[in-house]
Amino acid sequence: MEKFTIRAQARTSLPGRGKQAIVGVVASGNLEILLERTEPDQTVVVDVVTSARGFQTVWEAVIADFVTRSSPGGVRFSIHDNGARPDTVMLRLMQGVNVLEKTA
Amino acid sequence: MRDWTKQRTERTARLKGAMPLATGKIVKAEQVTELLGHLIKSGDRVCLEGDNQKQADFLARCLTQVDPAAIHDLHIVQSGLVLTEHLDLFRLGIARKLDFSYSGPQSGAIARALDQGKIELGAIHTYIELFARYSVDLTPNVALIAAVSADREGNLYTGPNTEDTPTIVEATAFKSGIVIAQVNEIVDKVPRVDIPGDQIDFVVEAPEPFYVEPLFTRDPGAVTESQILMAMMALKGIYAEYQPKRLNHGIGFATAAIELLLPTFGEKLGLRGKVATHWALNPHPTLIPAIESGWVEQIHCFGSEVGMDQYMSARPDIYFIGKDGTLRSNRLLCQNAGLYASDMFIGSTLQIDLAGNSSTVTPDRIAGFGGAPNMGSDAHGRRHVSDAWLKAGREAAGHSGLLVRGRKLVVQMVETFGEGMKPAFVEELDSIALAKKLGMELAPVMIFGDDVTHIITEEGIANLLLCRNADEVEQAIRGVAGYTPVGMARDRVRVEELRARGVIRRPEDLDIEPLEASRNLLAARSIRDLVTWSGGLYVPPSKFRNW
Repeated sequence: MEKFTIRAQARTSLPGRGKQAIVGVVASGNLEILLERTEPDQTVVVDVVTSARGFQTVWEAVIADFVTRSSPGGVRFSIHDNGARPDTVMLRLMQGVNVLEKTA
Repeated sequence: MRDWTKQRTERTARLKGAMPLATGKIVKAEQVTELLGHLIKSGDRVCLEGDNQKQADFLARCLTQVDPAAIHDLHIVQSGLVLTEHLDLFRLGIARKLDFSYSGPQSGAIARALDQGKIELGAIHTYIELFARYSVDLTPNVALIAAVSADREGNLYTGPNTEDTPTIVEATAFKSGIVIAQVNEIVDKVPRVDIPGDQIDFVVEAPEPFYVEPLFTRDPGAVTESQILMAMMALKGIYAEYQPKRLNHGIGFATAAIELLLPTFGEKLGLRGKVATHWALNPHPTLIPAIESGWVEQIHCFGSEVGMDQYMSARPDIYFIGKDGTLRSNRLLCQNAGLYASDMFIGSTLQIDLAGNSSTVTPDRIAGFGGAPNMGSDAHGRRHVSDAWLKAGREAAGHSGLLVRGRKLVVQMVETFGEGMKPAFVEELDSIALAKKLGMELAPVMIFGDDVTHIITEEGIANLLLCRNADEVEQAIRGVAGYTPVGMARDRVRVEELRARGVIRRPEDLDIEPLEASRNLLAARSIRDLVTWSGGLYVPPSKFRNW
């Protein structure tokens, strides 16, 4: 088990009006993400709890690419990871912001 | 004066010694070990039929019971080394030398036995390569084979799993060798003659039917969104672009996902009838929805698959079916079809290096090659053309000259991280360390990089045909290697240049939305759905049933 927080600045705040969403499941090779629009405009905070040790640099790289791609300003992500691979992490993050964006 | 009939004389002498144990060609199960004592001599080359699926397991057990003081130093020449008895022969000192193709479940045991010096390794072959050597310099003296039934004259019915049998028997029987068959039952008349009786010397009814392993059944329930995304990219970036009509699929989940997307995503792309109509393929249950939706014209099979027999019998327009109504498979012919008559091979691997070489060897496992190197290679003897073949050749040459030969599409689908977060992309293949440890002159490579045309990962497609030098190949591979150390060490500027040239294509370059990669796209989402698609004709093995 490993815990760490990654902070980033997005170009813009995330569009849409959704306040909160949950995507994914804490199954093996998968992860659950709680998204909450609780941060200042361009701030992104990602709290990670993961079962796999020693992958913090990979997480940082994935989050950096995700923030560039989706610009999720104002959102705090709480992640419970059970050994998901980076592409699954990216997919769930994108699914999550998609829910917040599409919520009117 | 030279004696030109030594082999025939030897054969006659051995048969004479064994004759008292047989009634005609029929031998009782409890006398087989004694029979083998008369028929096999130390130093013989022996094929103990171990195919990809069908195993002469009873004869294997009998061979482990001969006296190693009397019979030793056998040279085992067979495609599959998959039973514990196969390894026991070396442990007990009955066999010494080994030439084979595939080891699957025994891959760890083989690596240990080689390390301990219990096995003297000739070579690891591809299937047709070993079969070719049966005819040239590895002709068996004795073949111990398996069939479903035999009549009293020795005519054999091999059933849907004919696989390697005709090839083994042909090489053995016509070179004064001896052929012994275990069968599930002896009958008055066989449903069809797969092997003529005059090529068979002895037949034994085995106490248990021979073992067959279900190898090609992939549960749609286990297909992930990443595999679906890769399958969507394959369909749009490869199938739609090159339109390969004749092909072979590997047995991984990524290709199973493609099969399950044909009737949905593939249909939406308008590809039905234009791609994937003619196949060299094992009977994959996951292809049933595409067959039922009218995608497939015909399929020739290497072997059979547990549970698929009734379905195939009811679809003789698709499969090769005997007059008796059951599948006829043939590994040699189907491998040949995959090598010469296919425009594309698409399959998975475990490790890829920076030149595109791929391997399934890990430091303590030697799984062998099976057929993948034949499927996954460009046959330089091919002369007939097809649009897909020419397009690939012209991309590789950079132009369309008068004498630009085509290329087979060899596509590797690989998720950037494998089991236990092991990176699939590496600076150096594990097989190189293994070869050093075992003193092999050439490290086992499943598919050499110069045969690979495309690599698909969840990050995108790398088109190696469009790379003009080793440096470009390296950056194209790094550019789809995701967050593995190899991928993170990419030159971002050069990768973007390759992307601008279409060498690398991301999902968005193909107009694919990763969020649409959902399991709802699968034509079947469970084994039960496959049964429904088949109209109840597919009968999955119990381990795949949860109802």
